[in-house]
Amino acid sequence: MNTQRSGSSAQITLPPSLMNRRALLKTLGVGAVGLAGVPLLSACTGGSAPGGGSSGSKTVSFGSSASDDVPKRAYQAVVDAFQKKSGATVTTNVVPHNDFQNKINSYLQGSPDDTFTWFAGYRMQYYAGKGLLAPIDDVWEKIGANYSDALKKASTGPDGKMYFVPNYNYPWGFFYRKSFWAEKGYAVPKTFDELKTLAAKMKADGIIPIGFADKDGWPAMGTFDYMNMRLNGYQFHVDLCAHKESWNQPKVQSVFDTWKALLPYQDPAALGQTWQDAAKLLGDKKTGMYLLGSFVTQQFTDAAVLADIDFFPFPEIAVEGQDAIEAPIDGLLLSKKGGQNQTAKDFLAFLGTPEAQNAYYAVDSSNIATAKGGDTSKFTPLNKKCADAISNAKHISQFFDRDALPAMANNVMIPALQAFIKDGSVDIKNLESQAAALYAAQ
Amino acid sequence: MPRTRKVRRLSTRDKVILAVMVAVPTLIELAFVWLPTLFSIGLSFTRWSGLDLTDIRAAGTDNYKFVSQDYPPFWPAVQHNILWLVFLALIATPLGLLLAVLLDQKIRGSRIYQSIFFVPVMLSLALVGVIWQLFYQRDNGLLNFLLGTAGTPAAVDWFGDSNVNIWAALIAATWRHAGYVMLLYLAGLKGVDPALKEAAALDGANAAQTFFRVVFPAMRPINIVIVVITIIESLRAFDIVYVINRGTNGLELISALVIQNLVGEGQVIGVGSALATILLVISLVPITFYLSRTFGKEAKES
Repeated sequence: MNTQRSGSSAQITLPPSLMNRRALLKTLGVGAVGLAGVPLLSACTGGSAPGGGSSGSKTVSFGSSASDDVPKRAYQAVVDAFQKKSGATVTTNVVPHNDFQNKINSYLQGSPDDTFTWFAGYRMQYYAGKGLLAPIDDVWEKIGANYSDALKKASTGPDGKMYFVPNYNYPWGFFYRKSFWAEKGYAVPKTFDELKTLAAKMKADGIIPIGFADKDGWPAMGTFDYMNMRLNGYQFHVDLCAHKESWNQPKVQSVFDTWKALLPYQDPAALGQTWQDAAKLLGDKKTGMYLLGSFVTQQFTDAAVLADIDFFPFPEIAVEGQDAIEAPIDGLLLSKKGGQNQTAKDFLAFLGTPEAQNAYYAVDSSNIATAKGGDTSKFTPLNKKCADAISNAKHISQFFDRDALPAMANNVMIPALQAFIKDGSVDIKNLESQAAALYAAQ
Repeated sequence: MPRTRKVRRLSTRDKVILAVMVAVPTLIELAFVWLPTLFSIGLSFTRWSGLDLTDIRAAGTDNYKFVSQDYPPFWPAVQHNILWLVFLALIATPLGLLLAVLLDQKIRGSRIYQSIFFVPVMLSLALVGVIWQLFYQRDNGLLNFLLGTAGTPAAVDWFGDSNVNIWAALIAATWRHAGYVMLLYLAGLKGVDPALKEAAALDGANAAQTFFRVVFPAMRPINIVIVVITIIESLRAFDIVYVINRGTNGLELISALVIQNLVGEGQVIGVGSALATILLVISLVPITFYLSRTFGKEAKES
């Protein structure tokens, strides 16, 4: 609502003499529509779904942020399979990915769909803690056996109840082209020093050693997370994200100091390009390696290039070798309203089965199914490696923006990391004072 | 006598209609402009996550302290807004005036040129972003192609380099603003009595003297409007930087910070409201100036 208000105050600043009456009315109209925008949007994404919320009619409304072509078709395959199996009707409302995330607050307070796509971690616990989600312990009784303890833990809310059904996850690591490395004689680095040596060699060979893109602000968080976990351990990452640890301490400073040694090898054009741009550079052999999630492979439409892609985990630095892996989990939540709809719960229970996850994976193979017993026969060697990396890890972290307060990730970390990438400077004292103010406001 | 009284006096029906006509817009204005504005000012003194009304807590002036002392993008944003104002006032607005004067001459195809310069004003902001992306792209953009730097390490990253992207955005903004100013001045120039110019010419004034000493001062009402528009455009500058990179990395503007703090997952209602209130206070200066000039004059004349 507040955005709309600032929008309408911008409207009154137009000098009245410029406007004839019609224009004035039009402006007021625009203001009014803008104001009405929030409820209208939530209405068309959810409230209008026929029968949503009623328990007897066997219908489910499903809000999906999977707006890109591949995941959109993949979710449709899951929906089709469920409809065929149960005879229920699922109404899917697809909202562009970023819009969905930007509107989530008003969406959940308005009339959300029964079930909707979201992420695990603090990002899920935050809304669960605010009472905007329905617990699904009864669903987990049916599907619990399909999941590992790490995934169960990631689906648990702050009150100990279950809220989330994982669909897939994907590891972060350094991706590279096998043939290119073989041709140049590069070897996978195991330690941070080896990584630096390799990067220096690549630079001498005239290529950009490490692909990097941070125009959108979030990709640099992956580098931060890994450096932080390798230097200070997984638990410190979790505590720092939850602001149980102060930002103003040598442990945090050491992350930036270590990163600074890597900065000269990362693509200097990072701030002007998106991850898709950087993925293209990797595919074209203009960069040696690229630290990103395995979704990077969605960009390689040429089958020959895709088959040539491999990855290695972030090298060890200090404390725990390579035990922790960053592997964000995506899945479904049940809205408060959807809690009264048994069919919606059936849909969630279905998603937690190997059958549903196979249906998803058959279309979108860039992600790894989370339920045990899924069909792995179609896994490519890269898929298998991704799945192994996740199942062998002792700790699975979410991404910074999923483990931390959203305002901390969006309003503080994005500008701070962009400034750091520019000239290697960071003010951890200021990070702490911002964190203190923002976490206190929640 | 009774007949005239009937005409002068409003019937009950007239009164009701009048009351409705006054009340409805007033209520709309109150509901959609003034109440939210007051709420926003109130919220700027609270801490609130934006989710549950019971979570609102008083915060005193903490949000203002936070914005001015701890929030790194704030001061760059203020500087950029000032730069925006200076650039529009010294470059974009005079450019619009120049275009208007040139097109006011009886040159062939004047209408076509007018349309060309006015088109950017009508384009949607998304389109403006796409168009300028074509010029500014680092590897495939027209500008780097002309400079011969496309695809080389020397290529200028017009939108990604925080030293140059504000200027790139300002040129894109000028492209729109100049057309707007041009149209207003063209209307003003048409309204200037040709006899004034003739008289000046008879007195031996050359073209420049005629324009600056006679025509320009005669357009005083338009000039005030232009000044106010320029100030307001620089304060509400938003769309172009938002399309480029949502107002980060060298393109911070107060309006973009307001949106960032009020919309989406990064919602911090108190801080966002404080920023919005600061922007409102700054905006009130030109509005007050304009209103006092316009209505002050009317009051004197009547």
